[in-house]
Amino acid sequence: MAFEGLADRLQNTMQKIRGKGKVSEADVKEMMREVRLALLEADVNFKVVKDFVKKVSERSVGQEVMKSLTPGQQVIKVVKEELTELMGGEESKIAVANRPPTVIMMVGLQGAGKTTTTGKLANLLRKKYNRKPMLVAADIYRPAAIKQLETLGKQLSMPVFSLGDQVSPVEIARQAIAKAKEDHHDYVLIDTAGRLHIDEKLMDELKEIKELSNPNEIFLVVDAMTGQDAVNVAQSFNELLGLTGVVLTKLDGDTRGGAALSIRAVSNTPIKFVGLGEKLDALETFHPERMASRILGMGDVLTLIEKAQSNVDEEKAKELEKKMRTASFTLDDFLEQLGQVRNMGPLDELLKMMPGANKIKGLDNLQVDEKQISHVEAIIQSMTKAEKEHPEIINASRRKRIAKGSGRTVPEVNRLLKQFEDMKKMMKQMTGMQQKGKKKGGFKLPFNPF
Amino acid sequence: MSFFKKLKEKITQQTETVSEKFKEGLTKTRDNFSGKVNDLVARYRKVDEEFFEELEEILIGADVGFDTVMELIEELKLEVKRKNIQDPREVQAVISEKLVEIYENAGEVPNGLNIQKDELTVILFVGVNGVGKTTTIGKLAHKFKTEGKTVLLAAGDTFRAGAIDQLEVWGERVGVDVIKQGEGSDPAAVMYDAVRAAKSRGADILLCDTAGRLQNKVNLMKELEKVKRVIEREIPGAPHEVLLVLDATTGQNALIQTKTFKEVTDVSGIVLTKLDGTAKGGIVLAIRNELKIPVKFVGLGEKMDDLQEFDSEKYVYGLFADLVEMEEVE
Repeated sequence: MAFEGLADRLQNTMQKIRGKGKVSEADVKEMMREVRLALLEADVNFKVVKDFVKKVSERSVGQEVMKSLTPGQQVIKVVKEELTELMGGEESKIAVANRPPTVIMMVGLQGAGKTTTTGKLANLLRKKYNRKPMLVAADIYRPAAIKQLETLGKQLSMPVFSLGDQVSPVEIARQAIAKAKEDHHDYVLIDTAGRLHIDEKLMDELKEIKELSNPNEIFLVVDAMTGQDAVNVAQSFNELLGLTGVVLTKLDGDTRGGAALSIRAVSNTPIKFVGLGEKLDALETFHPERMASRILGMGDVLTLIEKAQSNVDEEKAKELEKKMRTASFTLDDFLEQLGQVRNMGPLDELLKMMPGANKIKGLDNLQVDEKQISHVEAIIQSMTKAEKEHPEIINASRRKRIAKGSGRTVPEVNRLLKQFEDMKKMMKQMTGMQQKGKKKGGFKLPFNPF
Repeated sequence: MSFFKKLKEKITQQTETVSEKFKEGLTKTRDNFSGKVNDLVARYRKVDEEFFEELEEILIGADVGFDTVMELIEELKLEVKRKNIQDPREVQAVISEKLVEIYENAGEVPNGLNIQKDELTVILFVGVNGVGKTTTIGKLAHKFKTEGKTVLLAAGDTFRAGAIDQLEVWGERVGVDVIKQGEGSDPAAVMYDAVRAAKSRGADILLCDTAGRLQNKVNLMKELEKVKRVIEREIPGAPHEVLLVLDATTGQNALIQTKTFKEVTDVSGIVLTKLDGTAKGGIVLAIRNELKIPVKFVGLGEKMDDLQEFDSEKYVYGLFADLVEMEEVE
């Protein structure tokens, strides 16, 4: 399946231009076609693409690109800048009401992930802002939707307000807010039922809930995989309710997420959060620049770095660095490193975030076998303390014992020991370079043992 | 265009049997698609780059897969050059010709379900999160029940909060039993239980729910493989159908979903849900063209009987009806 990023697309065009010395207007036009296709392929709405390309084209025909020595890169830069600007601007803040409780209404189509997002948002409010939210189950239509929210509430140890599925959502909202005041909750999160934007009756119901509860925030929850119709959805909800923010869900999938751009462009509503997994802490602030890279298929280095940072313990990293410098890195340390890599999440996901990773042949279909890491761990754990600290003492009979203990084969043990030896050698070289070079303290990313 | 004439005759004969809902859905898609093509043809004086660009947009706007659109446009351009066509109205004929070609190239794909006679039929449902797997199972259970079959449901989504309850509510509504274990239990174990129960009770149909999973989560996809394997081991030849549930509002990712799920579970058919919301049935064409998997059902609403068997011929005819009629006038 063709799924090339903008950079790959432009490469072909650039080859034609190279050697000409100067970029003509026709060349720019050709490049713009590639920009257009890249965006369409990423599910950006075609009308949005049209306006966008026009804007980029104007900038490109002007000074910036035509005079540049590297027009291809310049185009990418312009496109990325424009994308970032279009999607960015406001910070992902959540409103605070003058008089509590602050009311947040969650709306969207069926299956977008409203209930899960409601749970995640409540978790974030408590964890990051130290708030005391109450969840409101106002989805009386989908079977067991109330139960779902109640389960989430239990997992979070947070109160869930519900009146069953026989009371109207408007009434539920009314009573919930009264109850929140009584119990001194400062945030009320109303989980409404999923509905189609063309369903007038149900859309009117939302309007009623809005008028009654006077929410400070109305968040539209949208599936990041949504196609061309994303604009209609955002437009309808926005026109009727006046959205204050968008939450983009299921971004941990492999969609390019062009819907983000479409929604922003037509509703002029900021995207505030992104859902990145099924766990309740998998809700993150929206970063327009990263989204721009993603839409253009350019990898997401920043998220990768952030992931590494949040999972690698500073203290331990420093200690490790010292060990590396003094070459006293043992198999135990290696084991710990493996653990840290694992904490960052599935390896293949990490790989996908690396720019250019999709260009390496075979890597796009690569399935990193997490089991292999388990095997390495098992082998190391089957060693004695002395062996871990001084692997050179591991002779043939020890190897046999280790293989048996870990349920692996002797060649596997050998391979691991060899890799470890190579790694140590490499470390010596690198730390040598570092000491000669500028400052130390880089090198915090864990190694890839394979 | 004899293909279309045949198709048209067939469809006209069946008009009464086509439900109002389905027609409504089709009308929307048709207005969106053929209407726009007609409008395009009327507006342009000559066939140029801009004309093609706009045609591209119409097709992409209907969520026809990106590659399929590019392929189609390339072929159209060649054809136009070869025949030296200047008048946009002449292109229209070529467009419908090419679209039909795409449709026919996929060959005959069976629309109906592979139901076993006098034996248990196991249907496994797979898909990403939030596409409507559980709802589809509920609707399908209702359909089979109305046909007089004994139906059993397997609550294989042990992960999402409230998923088991959701299936149970459907079970109560329809009046069929649900085989379940607790939240967080091994879905493969649930399937094992369910298959055993279905066999011992002599059920006709076993509908197996699974948790939604994004196709790039390797471990979750492996889990699904295991679920399928357990069913296979218990009943040779089962599951008799593996239905991938797709959300009609999904964009280009729908194709990647289909491809990955097909690799892992050998998907035999597609259920396209939430088609009542949009006029974006275009992905059907791409799925057919690129992956050759038939769409077997479409979801057109939230009520129990809002699941319709999908007839691709009717659908294609609906999509291009206006185009063809225009042609016949000429």
